Amino acid sequence: MATYIIRRLLLLGVVLFGVSILIFGILMTFSPERRAAAYVSSPQQVKDIPAIVEQFGLDDPFYLQYFRWIKEVFSGNLGWSVVAARPVWDAFWHYFPITLELNLFTSPFIIIFGIWLGTQAGIHRNTFIDHSTRIFAITGWSLPTFLFGLIMLMIFYGYFGIFPPGIISDDLGMFIRENPDRFRQYTHMYTIDGLLNGRLDITLDALKRLFMPVLTQVVVIVALLMRVMRSSMIEEISKEYILTARAKGADKRTIYFKHARKNALIPVVTVAGWLVAFLMEGSIAVEYIFTRQGIGWWLASSAISLDIPVLMGVCLFFGLVYVIANLIIDILYAYIDPRIRLT
Amino acid sequence: MIANHPRLKELKFTLRRIFGNPLAIIGFSLLLFFIAVAVFAPYIAPPKYEHNPYLMPHKGYSQTPRPPSKQNIFGTTAGQYDIFYGAVWGTRTAFKIGIFVVCIAACIGVILGVISGYYGGIVDELLMRIVDIVFAIPLLVLTMAIVVAFGRGLDKVMIALAMVGWRSYVRVMRSSILTLRELDFVQAARAMGVSNIKIMLRHILPNGIYPVLVMAFMDIGSMVVVAAFMSFVGLGAPKGYADWGQMVALARNYIVGPPDDPLKYWYAIVIPGGCIVLFVLAWNLIGDALRDAFDPKIRRG
Repeated sequence: MATYIIRRLLLLGVVLFGVSILIFGILMTFSPERRAAAYVSSPQQVKDIPAIVEQFGLDDPFYLQYFRWIKEVFSGNLGWSVVAARPVWDAFWHYFPITLELNLFTSPFIIIFGIWLGTQAGIHRNTFIDHSTRIFAITGWSLPTFLFGLIMLMIFYGYFGIFPPGIISDDLGMFIRENPDRFRQYTHMYTIDGLLNGRLDITLDALKRLFMPVLTQVVVIVALLMRVMRSSMIEEISKEYILTARAKGADKRTIYFKHARKNALIPVVTVAGWLVAFLMEGSIAVEYIFTRQGIGWWLASSAISLDIPVLMGVCLFFGLVYVIANLIIDILYAYIDPRIRLT
Repeated sequence: MIANHPRLKELKFTLRRIFGNPLAIIGFSLLLFFIAVAVFAPYIAPPKYEHNPYLMPHKGYSQTPRPPSKQNIFGTTAGQYDIFYGAVWGTRTAFKIGIFVVCIAACIGVILGVISGYYGGIVDELLMRIVDIVFAIPLLVLTMAIVVAFGRGLDKVMIALAMVGWRSYVRVMRSSILTLRELDFVQAARAMGVSNIKIMLRHILPNGIYPVLVMAFMDIGSMVVVAAFMSFVGLGAPKGYADWGQMVALARNYIVGPPDDPLKYWYAIVIPGGCIVLFVLAWNLIGDALRDAFDPKIRRG
């Protein structure tokens, strides 16, 4: 197991190095003047751009520039974000809790519903349950996140007026900003901070605004897990040990939930990597539609205003999250299934 | 004699399986409808500007959408662009995006996957690490970065999507080849002294291509969705171009109407949005049916 983990960690380094070269390579297509923005860390420096091109040698060959850039990244200097009007590193920590909050609320629903519906569809193959979950899955899969979000806004915000967009109401947001001593922001997630400060109204308001984004994410992404769980369950049920259990007269509950589902979950673990990617992609559309100022919203807004340092930073961050998530999943998988780590 | 050829019998069986699935029939009908609209677009909605039919005609510049009327049977969106015209010509845009992106991505992916799976060793290791690197960044994020680097525009979005989309085909093709490579019929062919190229083209590719085919069908839908989102954000098609995502973007400020009639401008969002959903649904329904028909595990179930 230890050698397996060490090998995976080495690979992780290789992949991250590749990702940084890839991102840098894409953004090297810009003129040196545009790229100078990546080295600027306050608005006063913007007029010094020609000097910066000179100073940082932005006309130098690729590898020289790459090593200089990566050194800056390691020292925490990712440049200046025009959209956020602060350094990328600071802005990142400002936006990150919002995205984390959205996905912390989304993932349990996806996992629970995905596994439950997939198991049911697998057990009751070719029945009404199977067909209706299949239709639900294909429809959910075909709904573009941004469009579904817009329709949700039309119905729940426009027509019923119950679930407003945004993160927190203007009044409460003002109160939080003006009273840092009376409302301590421990996590920067309003739902949790509200509870920690004993302000239930803030938690409730934040939850009300989380409803539509979470629903949108769940409906679009749950299909993936459901379908994989279904086919894995079907495969497991057709195996001989299930037949043996049946022949011995075990009841259906024991067969399906104690034997089959446990084994059927093993291949599902590998889809978790996809899940992470889809959650990150979904956050971009969801945050953009519901004007939640998180990483996704920041990325989309930065792309529109050609804010290159942000694009580089966020790409690196997403790459890091995805690679580490996959490493954890692989180790978990090797832990559950000894056949993997022995080959 | 020819009627009993095993390949033909298999094909018949597969077709029967596909068309025995009611969802597949819905999918194919939807697709046929969209193909018909795309082919006959010049007759259904005659273009106003001969040189650039993808430019939506508009009368006036008023920002408020107008409801369906005799002149504009689906109404007009912000900027008085005719929604019906946009919906019809948007079909062509969607086909262009989906087919261009998936064809290029699948070709690159299949070639690299075959090389990687069949030769193995250092070639395989190198190629798979490159795929790992490209895979590490989500499709939408990487596409955005490339589009920002190359400049805006629908053509740039398409190129960027193709540059990112190939990665999944390599993995699927490779794993499908790895299982086939060890099977008896390939070993037999190798023992008989058949050349590598011939084994690949005649024995491995025809048997291993099915997962790629299923994936390509599903991918056409997702590529159109990503392109629509890029246009929605403002990185794709320019204003007034007949593209569904761009039309949704035009109507973005009219999601919620005046307080007395909050759903007043529904047509400006629902019509182009519905086109996207139905188009993607068609490809996904077909892809799902193909997967069931091709999957050897459940094929004879």
